Amino acid sequence: MAKILIVDDMASMRKMVAFTLESSGHEVVQADDGDVALAIANEQDGFALVITDVNMPNMDGITLTGELRKLPALKFTPILLLTTEAGKDKKMAGKAAGATGWLVKPFDPDKLLMTIKKVLR
Amino acid sequence: MESVTSLSAAEHQYLTFILSGEEYGVDILTVQELRGWENTTPIPNAPSFVLGVINLRGVIVPIVDLRSRFGLDRIDYGPTTVVIIVKVEANGKERVLGIVVDAVSEVYDINKGDVQPPPDMEGSISIDFVTGLATMEEKMVILLDITKLVNEGIISSQANDSSKAEVAA
Amino acid sequence: MSIDLDQFKQIFFEESFEGLDTMESGLLSMNDGGTDLDVVNDIFRAAHSIKGGSATFGFSALASFTHIMEGLLDEMREGKREADSDVVNILLESVDEMRTLMTAYQDDEEPDVEQMQVLQKKLEKVCGMEPSAPSAAKEEGNEAGEAGEEDNRRLGWQIEFEPHDDLLTTGNDPSLLLSELRDLGDVTLTMDDSALPSFDSMNPEQCYLKWSIKLLEKDSDSVVEEDQITEIFEWVEDECDLQIKGIYPDREKSDRRAGDRREGGAQEDRRANNRRTDSRRPSDKKPTQQATNIRVDTNRIDELIDMVGELVITQSMLGQLGDEFDMSKLVRLREGLEELERNSREIQEAVMRVRMQPISFAFNRFPRMVHDLSQKLGKKVRLELTGEETEMDKTVMEKINDPLVHLVRNSMDHGLEGPEERLAGCKEEEGYVRLKAFHQGGSIVVEVSDDGRGLDREKLFNIAVNKGVIQETDVLTDEQVFMLLFAAGFSTAEKLSDISGRGVGLDVVRRNIESLGGNVSVNSVFGEGTVFTIRLPLTLAVLDGQLLQVDGATYVLPLGSIIESLQMDADAISGLAGDTMVYRLRDEYIPIVSLSNLFATDAGDNEDMAGKLLVIVEWADKHIGLRVDELLSQQQVVIKSLETNYERVTGLSGATILGDGTVSLILDVSSLMDMASKAMECVNKPKLAVANGRRVGE
Repeated sequence: MAKILIVDDMASMRKMVAFTLESSGHEVVQADDGDVALAIANEQDGFALVITDVNMPNMDGITLTGELRKLPALKFTPILLLTTEAGKDKKMAGKAAGATGWLVKPFDPDKLLMTIKKVLR
Repeated sequence: MESVTSLSAAEHQYLTFILSGEEYGVDILTVQELRGWENTTPIPNAPSFVLGVINLRGVIVPIVDLRSRFGLDRIDYGPTTVVIIVKVEANGKERVLGIVVDAVSEVYDINKGDVQPPPDMEGSISIDFVTGLATMEEKMVILLDITKLVNEGIISSQANDSSKAEVAA
Repeated sequence: MSIDLDQFKQIFFEESFEGLDTMESGLLSMNDGGTDLDVVNDIFRAAHSIKGGSATFGFSALASFTHIMEGLLDEMREGKREADSDVVNILLESVDEMRTLMTAYQDDEEPDVEQMQVLQKKLEKVCGMEPSAPSAAKEEGNEAGEAGEEDNRRLGWQIEFEPHDDLLTTGNDPSLLLSELRDLGDVTLTMDDSALPSFDSMNPEQCYLKWSIKLLEKDSDSVVEEDQITEIFEWVEDECDLQIKGIYPDREKSDRRAGDRREGGAQEDRRANNRRTDSRRPSDKKPTQQATNIRVDTNRIDELIDMVGELVITQSMLGQLGDEFDMSKLVRLREGLEELERNSREIQEAVMRVRMQPISFAFNRFPRMVHDLSQKLGKKVRLELTGEETEMDKTVMEKINDPLVHLVRNSMDHGLEGPEERLAGCKEEEGYVRLKAFHQGGSIVVEVSDDGRGLDREKLFNIAVNKGVIQETDVLTDEQVFMLLFAAGFSTAEKLSDISGRGVGLDVVRRNIESLGGNVSVNSVFGEGTVFTIRLPLTLAVLDGQLLQVDGATYVLPLGSIIESLQMDADAISGLAGDTMVYRLRDEYIPIVSLSNLFATDAGDNEDMAGKLLVIVEWADKHIGLRVDELLSQQQVVIKSLETNYERVTGLSGATILGDGTVSLILDVSSLMDMASKAMECVNKPKLAVANGRRVGE
């Protein structure tokens, strides 16, 4: 039972992830862009995990990761990037910004939950 | 008043009302409701029998003084003055109108066989609008074709014409 | 656990269709020249999102097709590819294909993969790309890895794990990673803390520990492959030193031998897992509901909530009254009931307002249509849209779609000339089709105009005579002749054009619009252009109005028509021949119109006007002044139809219901001007001079 921040500009994906996590008993907060997520992270605390898409209009997921890492409360919090790209460079860029790991699309709910278990303390 | 369920096929229910001592009847299926008199908002340049419009639950409804329409003297409105709100069909759509009468009388089941055709009456009401005469309880009731009266005798003809761009033939 | 994803599919379809619209309008804007990098990024992102979503929901054909487009767009946004018109056109076709595929998925039908592949080849050809193999879903990230060459007798793995200093700062936790190993088999941990400094100099954000892990397979059925281990450490690959060696009985060497691939149960499971999303075919799902939706401005919802709140208060007040009722409370009861009526009416109107949508929804299809048609016809046409924010009822808007499409096609096909003809006629090479929407009184007006050939009155007349629609001796105004276009069976086209048919359409257009309670008319200047005007009743219209009083009656004047209001100065009033009075305001002589006279409410003589209120209104650049008794409040009023139950009244555009429940009439400025000018018939010429602002006599 953890508080998780989901960031994705695509409503269908975001809601699906939120639904999956809530069905498992977690508390989910949604944001539809990186800048919105950053604002939420500044206002709320207690996040055990952040899951964010990479491609978003105002602030992309990698920039968001970098910004979140600057916040003391989120310095060591797991941040996972949702990516469709198999390529190494996006993953490297994510890691360089401080991301914990990634989830590759398409994923199914079970895989998502398995991955979450890996990072939640 | 008899209930609708006891009507036989040839019978029609009519609501009758009084206008200057005469009793008239309209098909009860056209009657939507009865209201007391209330002030109307006059319409500019309207015929004198169109008293104006009222707000009927958010819909603008014209009120017509039937006495005036029939060329009878106007009277002051009093506690028995009733406005009969009728709903008639016009060109595939429906119109709602109010007609001011002296008082409401009865609801009668009138058998078609008891209705006599209107005589060649001289007077204010064109026989176009009268479907016939009936005798109820020794009184004569003049049955009105309210649909025709509204569409041809109250609403002006160009309002009923839907095509706007006509080529002069 | 199985989670039903179907509920999210509808959202996916909605946002994806919007995404396709974004791509289309972005691509169309690129055609006009400048390539804005932001636009390309938007297009890329839309495609990227659709690709991701369609892969997740198992729409593999769409996913793989979009993937190719995405690759193209990626090159474009990195400046590696030029966006020339061929590329843009093929991308537009691809967007259409994506729409088709998405619609198939939405309708639970098999997508036409063949058609898709045809377009795919075209796409690859135009863009000079390597043709890709006919697509199955690309299993991205399915790093099933190579089958490990294994030795049947491997007992387990020896793992050396040394995190770098910064592993913790990416949010990874060694203890969690180590716990995962426990899921694979029996784990024996040996921790090495030799690098751990003394407490005072220790940085808690740094990792000083390292581990030796012995992972033994539990039994011969639970083989652990190497890539299962690397997968656990996948994220921290670059943030640690990791060594993995197999443990073999009685062997010093850790070489692996090539061997038959074992049916590793775990590996198969994982692969099957990854494929699950792809195996759901549309055919075995429940049919999706095709409900239509409306986007609603949340302000309108808030309004509704407020009104319902008021309703609740009224209801509770009435309830209280009813509890212990006696005749002394009769007045309050009546007031409460009036309040109730007002509340209900307001809610009804607010709900109707929710159905009002901006006409941009109907206009949105035209940029693409004009673009495609202009290419097909070889004409240069630009589209101008005005008044897209004008609101109308959603159902009415849906029904006006086809007539608008027909009129625009008409303009482009028959109205507008080709580039050479235009230049020869001293026009600019590029012509325009203009769609303009605005409110006028109780109607919404949509104009479709072009600067093309215009209508040839002579020709129309003669064709009509030949067809027997009119007689040669008939005398018709220009407008009447133009309206012949709408007559049944009338056609001016010499040959059938597959674009707009043979004039049968205009007849249908007219009938469609009249069935909505509206009308259509046409006007034209030969050689210069044509304008079609569609007029539709607004189911619900709201007007900003100025309430005023004349002879004790309250009227509403559209605020937008008021230029100014003033108290008349005796010196500025003068009379023209007859009963007409005019008011001199700065350089203009404005006819004074008395509503009392026009409406025959009080046919008094021209009483002394000095000091009375004059409201100067404007219509089509003409001015008149209305003499009123008093100006009341300004408020937003709902336009109610007089025609529904009564008839159209000259001088009025409708009625409204005021806060107290009484009916107030709404003035129609254009009609008032007509009435006033008829009344001043005898002074025609000077009136015109006055109305146009020139001094009398000039």
